[in-house]
Amino acid sequence: MTNESNVDNQVPSSNIVKKGNRVRNLLLSRGGNRRPNWVNFAFLAAFIILLVVTATMSDVFFTQRNLSNLMRQAVTNGILSLGMLIVILTGGIDLSVGPIVALTAIMVAGFSNQGMPLPLAILVCLGVGTAVGAVNGLFIARFKLQPFIVTLATLGAIRGLVYVYSDVPITPIDPTFRASLGAGMIGPIPISALIMLASYPIVWFFLNRTRSGRAIVAIGGNVEAVRLAGINVTWNIFLAYMLSGLFAALAGVILASRLGISQPSVGAGFELDAIAACVIGGAILGGGGGSTFGTLAGVVALGMIDNLLNLFNVQSYYQQILKGVIILVAVLARRKQR
Amino acid sequence: MGNSDFLVMKGISKSFDGTQALRGVDFSAAMGEVHAISGENGAGKSTLMKILSGALPRDKGEILLDGKSIELGSPMRARQLGIYAVYQEFSLIPHLTIAENILLGQMPTTRVNGVIDWKKTFLGAENILKEIGFTGIDVHKLVSQLSVSHQQMVEIAKAVAGPRKILILDEPSAVLSQEELKRLFALVRQLKEQGLIILYISHRLDEVFEIADRITVLKDGQLVGTVRPQESDQNQLIRMMVGRNLGEIFPVRKPPSGEVALEVKELTLKNSFSDISFSLRRGEILGMFGLVGSGRTQVARSIFGADRFTSGEIRLNGKLIRPRSPREAVSAGIALLTEDRKRDGLVMNLSIRDNISLASYSHLSRFGVIDRNKQVGEVKKLVQDLDVRPPLLDQLASHLSGGNQQKLVLAKWLMTHARVLILDEPTRGVDVATKVEIYHIIDNLARDGMCILLISSELPEILGMSDRALVMREGRLVGEFPRSDANEERLLASAAGVIQ
Repeated sequence: MTNESNVDNQVPSSNIVKKGNRVRNLLLSRGGNRRPNWVNFAFLAAFIILLVVTATMSDVFFTQRNLSNLMRQAVTNGILSLGMLIVILTGGIDLSVGPIVALTAIMVAGFSNQGMPLPLAILVCLGVGTAVGAVNGLFIARFKLQPFIVTLATLGAIRGLVYVYSDVPITPIDPTFRASLGAGMIGPIPISALIMLASYPIVWFFLNRTRSGRAIVAIGGNVEAVRLAGINVTWNIFLAYMLSGLFAALAGVILASRLGISQPSVGAGFELDAIAACVIGGAILGGGGGSTFGTLAGVVALGMIDNLLNLFNVQSYYQQILKGVIILVAVLARRKQR
Repeated sequence: MGNSDFLVMKGISKSFDGTQALRGVDFSAAMGEVHAISGENGAGKSTLMKILSGALPRDKGEILLDGKSIELGSPMRARQLGIYAVYQEFSLIPHLTIAENILLGQMPTTRVNGVIDWKKTFLGAENILKEIGFTGIDVHKLVSQLSVSHQQMVEIAKAVAGPRKILILDEPSAVLSQEELKRLFALVRQLKEQGLIILYISHRLDEVFEIADRITVLKDGQLVGTVRPQESDQNQLIRMMVGRNLGEIFPVRKPPSGEVALEVKELTLKNSFSDISFSLRRGEILGMFGLVGSGRTQVARSIFGADRFTSGEIRLNGKLIRPRSPREAVSAGIALLTEDRKRDGLVMNLSIRDNISLASYSHLSRFGVIDRNKQVGEVKKLVQDLDVRPPLLDQLASHLSGGNQQKLVLAKWLMTHARVLILDEPTRGVDVATKVEIYHIIDNLARDGMCILLISSELPEILGMSDRALVMREGRLVGEFPRSDANEERLLASAAGVIQ
């Protein structure tokens, strides 16, 4: 009722679709309303201040070497967050992405050591990640179990599977693997970062311009309305978890190629960073809000903070504390806008 | 306004993000008075009441209780002053028992502090229900097991459980059957005799005229005037609310002559309804009347595939169909506008465009990718045809008024090119002007050959709109009346099971 009155009073004449304002729209949250959201501008300002401060205090930050490092480090979380965003939009959560990263990283290393052609090894790993996502999706969409519980179970199970597969670190011997995916550059930008950056518009297109994408966004808002509109809810939720598994596998493969060594313990806590990036970017846990480019902003922000603290030699434990504080501040700042 | 008025609100103003929701509204009510507040959606009724109940702060103005100026910082403060509001949106907790819900915040404890005395709780809740005449509700049950109308009763019971001076009822009748409405009115009169002020917000003019001592009309956030029902009539009130004459409320219907399109034979769902048979011609509006709980909605949901049915058959244009999901029904050309748009009609956090397209993505997209131009074109046309306001495709559904939200749901189903349209309470919670618009839209659809099954608890709506009227009672079809034979008494008697 509170909003009814202001709606009736602002009937514009003929201009039905507002064009332009694209940049502005990117900054506006998709969660509650479309008025200019000053929180986003405040975040942007804080970000710029941070950059300026760093630039003056550290002469290393703006070197090409450091920047491409930053990008490489942000890739894993950047790709994971995309899958996480899709799942969060349906009103779910995927806790199992960390172990999927470990599983696919160790598998791609193992396969390439056994002489499997690299493209094939990568494809198999992407398939494995998707399959794990499909298991999550099956239990959540078909049997209607709670996403938190299902993915918590697969989190444990997959981590166990990783140790069964190999409890010693595996070093990929295929040198082209590291050279291309891990260390390769096109111009000043690492190939892995390009893959991540290309994934964002693709996911944006998927969420905004495809049948399934719109269905996924709508499911998080009101699942019963979507079902009664004749949309296959089960399939679309299933699809969301498969995509999350796929992106996790992609992240795992890229991570293995960057590190050059795959440990079974890798990827612990990655799911939290991915959730954090989504939430900082405006996603609402429980569904009903979240944006692709907001999530990218969240990824970049988290990556930069890691990088800066590294440059200033701050211990990683302090980094974790600071990250926790940032997440709380971000959520707190967005609290009032609904 | 006499000096005897216990509650006086003076010059109340309130704006949201720069738009004025209330402009200097004066309002007052005396003890032992039922004061109705009427106006279209967006007129400011609910905003005014939310300010009185402490749910919203006011920008300007003064509130006096018994001559003393008061500050209402929070709903808690308002309750301490004896002001309690029952809103349209329920505040019940579904997985707690009825008794807990009624006594929430004032549960009796045993001698050990903090430990709940369940015996006293259940007994107390039962007594409250008995006192207000709502019998036959088991207080041990969970609220989630109750029908909507019973939930409303519990909500009201909760409202009167405690010392009250002012009780605000916001559209209390929306989900109540005729029978339950009578009980509500009896309760209101009883409370009135105890000296309570009852502020009654309603769209339904006949109700307002029956129960209110005074009626205050708001329009666009301003006070239009206060009248006494015996010195006024419904037409005057509508003029005050809308600011103009509405013309004919119901369209003039011509008897339909199209061939039979939908045939339902002996449709049965165990423990819900049985032996439902009817046919629906092209271009016909078939009314379906019945009290709340008579099984109308279940029949609609079964035809639509949202629920299964145990036996019987459905034929569409002579072809046997058995929709096992809404998806199959939609692709067969059946649409169902559900009775509760907030619960299962709209996705509130999505735009007008997304909501209208929601059921039509299959014909809007190729290889899974949405044809943006086609989508925008079709949505635009529907927004114009139905006069959705504001006509901004990116506006979120949650920002629209109730009437415009209802138009969205209707537009969603029109976009699917359905041939059979089932409308379950299509004008619930919709302002008078939009109601009339919706009636004319339905009439136009029927003229274009759409088959329409109109389910409603509002008798005037059934009588004014339908070419034929069916009546359901306790899961069975108990009557069928052609337009010429249908009148209020007959339909009511049939629905209530009274033999004439």
